[in-house]
This record gives sequence, structure tokens and C-alpha cells, in this order.
Amino acid sequence: MNPFDYTVAPSVDAAVAALGAAGRPPKVLAGGTTLVDLMRLNVEQPAAIVDINRIPGLGQIDTQRPDELVFGALARMSDVADDPLVRRDYPVLSESLWRAASQQLRNMASLGGNLLQRTRCAYFRDRQYPCNKREPGTGCSALGGLNRGHAVLGASDQCIAVYPGDLAIALVALDASIDVRGASGARTLRVADLHLEPGQTPNRETALSPEELILRIRVPKSRLGKASTYLKIRDRESYAFAIASAAVALDMNGEVVRDARIAVGGLATRPWRVQAAEQSLIGKPFTAAAAAQAGRLALEGAVTRPQNAFRVELGANTVAEALEIARGRA
Amino acid sequence: MTDEDRLELNRRQAVATGTAAAILPALAPAAVASTAAAAPTDGNVVLQINGVGHDLGRLDPRTTLLDTLREHLGLFGAKKGCDHGQCGACTVHVAGRRVVSCLTLARQVEGRAVTTIEGLASTEGSLHPMQQAFLDHDALQCGYCTPGQIVSAIACVKEGHAHTAEDIREYMSGNLCRCGAYVGIVAAIEQVVAQERAV
Repeated sequence: MNPFDYTVAPSVDAAVAALGAAGRPPKVLAGGTTLVDLMRLNVEQPAAIVDINRIPGLGQIDTQRPDELVFGALARMSDVADDPLVRRDYPVLSESLWRAASQQLRNMASLGGNLLQRTRCAYFRDRQYPCNKREPGTGCSALGGLNRGHAVLGASDQCIAVYPGDLAIALVALDASIDVRGASGARTLRVADLHLEPGQTPNRETALSPEELILRIRVPKSRLGKASTYLKIRDRESYAFAIASAAVALDMNGEVVRDARIAVGGLATRPWRVQAAEQSLIGKPFTAAAAAQAGRLALEGAVTRPQNAFRVELGANTVAEALEIARGRA
Repeated sequence: MTDEDRLELNRRQAVATGTAAAILPALAPAAVASTAAAAPTDGNVVLQINGVGHDLGRLDPRTTLLDTLREHLGLFGAKKGCDHGQCGACTVHVAGRRVVSCLTLARQVEGRAVTTIEGLASTEGSLHPMQQAFLDHDALQCGYCTPGQIVSAIACVKEGHAHTAEDIREYMSGNLCRCGAYVGIVAAIEQVVAQERAV
């Protein structure tokens, strides 16, 4: 690991000031579960890190407001996953959290950091391979390499790395937003607008600038929360990244779908909300055939390679099954 | 008794000895231990490990909690399995919660109570119920993952994630055992849950 300066930020103001100082911006240290790991691999080589863990109040969980759930950026995955109201009224959120990582990592990892989790592409993590995300212009080793787990949606000829997170998939389904602060001020953006497709600049992963700090995540309260689920298909039963996942939420009026939300994970270069699949369900009775059709629509436009082609049907079936689970909770 | 005789420990003794070594690593003398609950002062890193304050001087910021325990304090219970947060062999408690010490920078835990496998037995030497349960159920073979398993298991019960065997398997999935002692591990945790219910 390369040497770095380590400072503890006592407040948001201090953290934002440190991030906005002249020179290469420092990296923010929250849980450290991604950053420390990537620093050890020399994939991340910050000259300085700013530890935000001691900022008072940044980890607050507030589920009592009438209109929204508010999670401080430092709220830990395990705490939000186990929050009684989240479990009862927003199972898609709780499941997206407890089906990720291990309890040790969930105790450490923050929600803000989780949103910014970097890809698990093995070529990105290993500096002996060319990688356009890590070193722009060097090429993509996954295109002609082992790509069974790589993206079938949102990829480009420069990068086919999957966005690995689970929580963000649930958050885009629920129309969540984040409040951020940087040297030039505060702003709010939709989680759906946070992650970028690789295009020709796979090194640019989010719409945040390096000096911006996520302060909190806001999830609008709605009837869509209760009949929701995060279904995660993995190579093993627990403690693995998704090879396909679906965050779905339904608002039912008897047998008729009043509103629907569908986002897929583990298959795309960013959280992948699929409004065409949602629209196919809305205003119609919920049937197994309709769920299957929504699943197929969710994977429309998929571009496959021989090793990952099986995940299109798997993804469609995952969406359909998730819809059935959500229907059962309505 | 000749040296040859001494080497001819029967298998049962060898297993018992090895097991004890895995469950209860020797308490290492810490060169810089003090009982004062020292706070961070003038740049020195001070950690609270198993109830004892340790002044680690100007510890390199790169040093992880795991390397601090093993390389600076002689506490070898927490193991370096993968060093990437994937195997759980380095699990310790920080402020009562289980974390992987290989991805925790030592400076992050200043002022927070750290408990390792070495801190579980009572001062009189009696084993923690979870340590005893692992012995009762032969919940190990080589013992390498065992300190992490036990520390993780104690937290699993405390969190309320050990009500069913299915729950235990899910919430212990961050601790890998290459010997495959999982059946014994689940049984050991169930025993501790049952004991706590009986109280």
C-alpha cells in the first residue's frame, strides 16, 4: 500500500474543506471495506484520506418523517437492514442490504460508501491487466477474457464491468435521491442519475465530482414499499455478488396493478430501472404471464457474449419471480 | 521419558492440545500495555484492546487493526486468511460489533473498545460459553478459522440472528471454514442460544 496522509474530519464543513483543497482531492474513508481493499491492491492510490467516521449525526436513521425515510451517509448497512420499520414497510431495502456482503462487512460499510462501491471486475482489480476504467486508453481485458459475470446491459466497447451494488438497485426502484455537498455548495440528485454508463469514459463512474461528499439518502414514502422485494441470484446461497437481481415494488388495487417499479442488478453497468417493463404491468390484472412478459422487457436490448448469454434468461426469470413475491406481499 | 516417547503423543492428546491452542491462544505479553484508559495524545495512536490501553506511538496510517494485533501486540488469535475481507478469519469486535480487522485501519478504532479471541475467557481462565460450545461439538478441524468463527458467533447470537439454523448459516456466511466444520459450528451456536434461553 502506498503511503498517504490520514486526517480525521470532525465536521461536514471540515471534510468538505479538505476535499476541496488545492491539489489531487483526497479519498473519503467511511467503512473502508472497498477503499482499504483497493488501496492494498494499489488500484486506489490516494495521497491523502479523510476519515469521516467521527462526524456527529452523519449516521442518523430517521424513519419517522411523514413523507420520507432519511438515512445519513454513515448509517451502516446492518443497522438499516435491521431497522424494524424498514423491514416491515420497505422489504426491498432491507433485503438489498442483508443479502449483500457478510454481517462483518455490513457492520462496517456505510450506505454512502455502498452507493459508490466500485466494480468487482477481476481485470479492474488486478493491475497486471489492461483496464480502461483503471487506466483510460489501455484497453478492456474483459471483452476477450473471462466475462461470464460481466454486463449484458449498458456496456460499451470500452468497458463491460458490472455495477456490483445491491442497495442502489432498490433505491432507483423507489425513486430515492441523495443530498451532497461540495466546495461550491449543496445539491440533491436522484440516485438514478448518480451512476454513469461507461461509454467512452469508463473511468468516470458517477455524476459526483471528487470534492463532493454524500450527506444523506432520501427515500420517498409510498404504498409501493410493502409489496416489494429484492431477489438476488448468486453462484452460492449467501455472501456473493449477484449474477442477476431484481428490485421490484407493486401497488395493487385488488387484482389490478396500480403502479409498479422494476430495476435489475448484477447485469448492467449501472443500476438499471426499466420503465417499459413497469408500464407493461400498470392498469392490468397481475398474472404469471404478465410477470414473465415484464421480465423479458426488462432485459430488452441485452448484448451478450458466449460466456454471459445465459444471464439474459436468468435475469428475465429473476424479475418475473420477484414480481410474484411482491404480489404475494400486497 | 525419552524424546521419542514424548513425540509419541496419542492422537487424542494431539487433537486435544491442538484444539486448546486454537480455542484459547496464549495471552501474549504486550510490551506497551498500560491499564490506564489512555486517550489519543499528540499524534500517538492509542488503542483499547481487551480492556487494556496500548500506546502504539506514531503508527503508520497504513497499518490495519489486524497487523497491529499480530505484529505490534503479539495477539495472534485473529488470523490473516485472505487479507481482503472475504474469509472472516480476522474477525474481532469493535464497540461490541463484529468487523473484519484486515480492512479496518488501526486509527479508525482509536477510543473504541476492541475485543479479540484473547479477551473472551474470564480473568479466572474459564472459557466463554461459545468457546466451550465449540469444544463440545468438535466445531473445528485445523483450527485456523476458529478464533474468527467464535468471535463472529458471539456477535451473531447477540444481534438476534441465531434463532434458527437457517439464520445461523446466513449470518455466519462471512466466516469460511475450509475443513468444512460447519455442522459442528451451527450446533455449537445453537447450544449457546439454548443455554441463554434456559437462563
